[in-house]
Amino acid sequence: MPDSYREGVLVKPYERLSLEQVKWLDEASLHILADPGIWCYNERAAGLFKKHGAKVSEERERYSICWRVSFPSGLIKEAVAKAPSSFVLGARKPENRLLLDAEVPRVYFGSGSEANIWIDVEMESFASINDPDVQLKIPRFQERRGDSSLLCRAARLCEQLEHLDFFIRPLNIQDPGVTSKNHDANKFFASLNNTTKHVQAGLTETESLKDVVRMAEIITGGSEALKENPIISFITCVFKSPLQMVDETAEKVFAIVEAGLPIVISSSPQGGSSAPIQEAGMVAQINAEILAGITLTQLIKEHSPVLYGSVPVRARLDDLHDLYGCPEFNQYNIDCVQMARFYKIPCYSTAGVGDAKIPGMQAIFEKLFTHLHMAMSGAQYIHYAFGLLDRTNSFCPVQAVLDNEQIGKIKHCLRGARVEPSVVDDMLKTVKKVMSSPHRLYARHSRKAMHTGEVSSPYRFETKEWEDKVLENALEYMKQLEIKPAPHLDQTTVEQIFNEIPGLLPELRTDKGDLENGKQ
Amino acid sequence: MENNELLKKIAFNVIQGRVEAEDEGFDEGLDGKPAVTELVEKAIQQGLDPKTIVLEGLTEAMEVVGKKFEQEEYLIPDMLASAECVGTAMDILSDHLVGAGVESKGKFIIATVAGDLHDIGKNIVAIMLKGAGYKVIDLGSNVPTEQIVEEVKKHQAPYLGLSALLTTTMRVMGEVVEKLNEEGIRSKVKVLIGGAPTSREFAEQIGADAYCRDAFQSIDVLKSIAL
Repeated sequence: MPDSYREGVLVKPYERLSLEQVKWLDEASLHILADPGIWCYNERAAGLFKKHGAKVSEERERYSICWRVSFPSGLIKEAVAKAPSSFVLGARKPENRLLLDAEVPRVYFGSGSEANIWIDVEMESFASINDPDVQLKIPRFQERRGDSSLLCRAARLCEQLEHLDFFIRPLNIQDPGVTSKNHDANKFFASLNNTTKHVQAGLTETESLKDVVRMAEIITGGSEALKENPIISFITCVFKSPLQMVDETAEKVFAIVEAGLPIVISSSPQGGSSAPIQEAGMVAQINAEILAGITLTQLIKEHSPVLYGSVPVRARLDDLHDLYGCPEFNQYNIDCVQMARFYKIPCYSTAGVGDAKIPGMQAIFEKLFTHLHMAMSGAQYIHYAFGLLDRTNSFCPVQAVLDNEQIGKIKHCLRGARVEPSVVDDMLKTVKKVMSSPHRLYARHSRKAMHTGEVSSPYRFETKEWEDKVLENALEYMKQLEIKPAPHLDQTTVEQIFNEIPGLLPELRTDKGDLENGKQ
Repeated sequence: MENNELLKKIAFNVIQGRVEAEDEGFDEGLDGKPAVTELVEKAIQQGLDPKTIVLEGLTEAMEVVGKKFEQEEYLIPDMLASAECVGTAMDILSDHLVGAGVESKGKFIIATVAGDLHDIGKNIVAIMLKGAGYKVIDLGSNVPTEQIVEEVKKHQAPYLGLSALLTTTMRVMGEVVEKLNEEGIRSKVKVLIGGAPTSREFAEQIGADAYCRDAFQSIDVLKSIAL
């Protein structure tokens, strides 16, 4: 256990399923993995499964070879039991490390997705048609194509958001100089050079892993130091639902696990199209997919740190797009958190996504609906929680600022109750003292709780007039956050990274001169 | 303890909002140390001039508290704690101040009107005004109109503060003003009203002298209408 780590919030988990229901779903998943089994498109993975007792048969499809794998339940159970129930996700600053423990419902929130679009918001004044003297400020929105400079800006902003516990790149970098070969190095450098929190991302190319790992080694001080303090980790969506293990992603799983770094085995079936829409069917299938992925990690290397990555969504039945912010989303996801807890594997979960395309009332509803429920579930690692709009297609920085405030309030709300004999004794003394005072007023006795943060502050962006200024206030607050200096790596480290890692964009190079000139 | 040091400690404890030794302050680790009550008593014993205690120990400290409040470092409970310190100190010092020829800023009778038990706002105003140097006579809540008028007469108070939270009881404030008129003492007392359902328009309607949005405004209003 590290000396220091982010506090997150320890919750008393809300559970939908009884233990009996969890066991039924576990059995159903094992049944699925035995029959019909999975469609594995990666030869190494199929070979490994076979070596450990799975029934594997080759099937030739029109354009590829598929290995049908039927898992005996014992193989899955044994492998899953080997996955560690607790481990640390590192960070540049020790106090930003995350302590993940499947048996401790300590909830962390972070960003997520890899949206192509960045949304800028500006307030503009409009006059009334009927009375030009009456003016209102209305937000105007502008879409920008995601690039490396915006990713740097997102990471800097997220560094300042006190309730954001980890950073998953929320934006795809689409600069002219970015190719599939240097995509990973640039996105990891842009992130690591602008935040001291844990950095996680998917891997675009398996070949890039060595560069990204070397970059992290340079920052932490070598390969052993990186293992002690894994400042980076990886997301792999190894299953294309339903039940198809993807060739290329399986290769990435091999590479990441062999490199000894933490990995998320994530699956995201859509209830109503790539999985049953009914809760029992959805959870049985996604659980089967995740268990097969975790089994792969443990067969590659026993005790590899792995997160149970559940991103179950529901289809809209009018156009079959994902439908976020609906009751079924919460039901599926809470069930998955319980399944992860049953297997004693930390859970990578999902909240804060909505269908709203712009910040506003719909976005607040959809986000609050999932942020609150998923925090209540006790998921250890909740991604997608900051700034996403239009499902996962856009990242809006001021929305991230609004989400930060909302998540802060949720964390506060779900803190454990401070009710213990010494506290009750103190309260009894206070009641007697106040009732014997002339004004019978508790205000003076609220001070300590107020100043230590035991009691919460009002909504940071509240408006006191008859006008909605939440967005305007949030934009102003964001400006204050964005003028704070970036936590860049020191110049020697940056130089070493640029000397050793090929393909980094020259414009991402930072040095002391940049800071002095106000260019970051 | 040197006199100067004692005055500094009184001022420090006013800023910390510590009425008595067992109180915790704004900063950590002060519990159990002498606070305003103990320090002012000691100052009197040491023969310090009560006027100096008020000016250097209390008034200057309250100015610091006011600035901290303006800068949002302090919130209402902090302000009230400091005001309560000053009020307590003034109680201890009152006889000595009279002896030294120093008067309070005036008697201020305050009450929540008949039929209304909601007195939080009234209590806050009372604490703040006492801290600001007024001699506050708090009649409590659900006070009959006749009683209020009687107390104004008895104390010859130049100021009367009335509060009500309910729309059903706010009209009683008007009855108090009428009664003051009937008794022929309306011109001798300034009537300030406050409470959630009241407003400046309502104050004008019932013939009160001023409407106060909150305790801070009541201090400003009193400064502007000082007799």
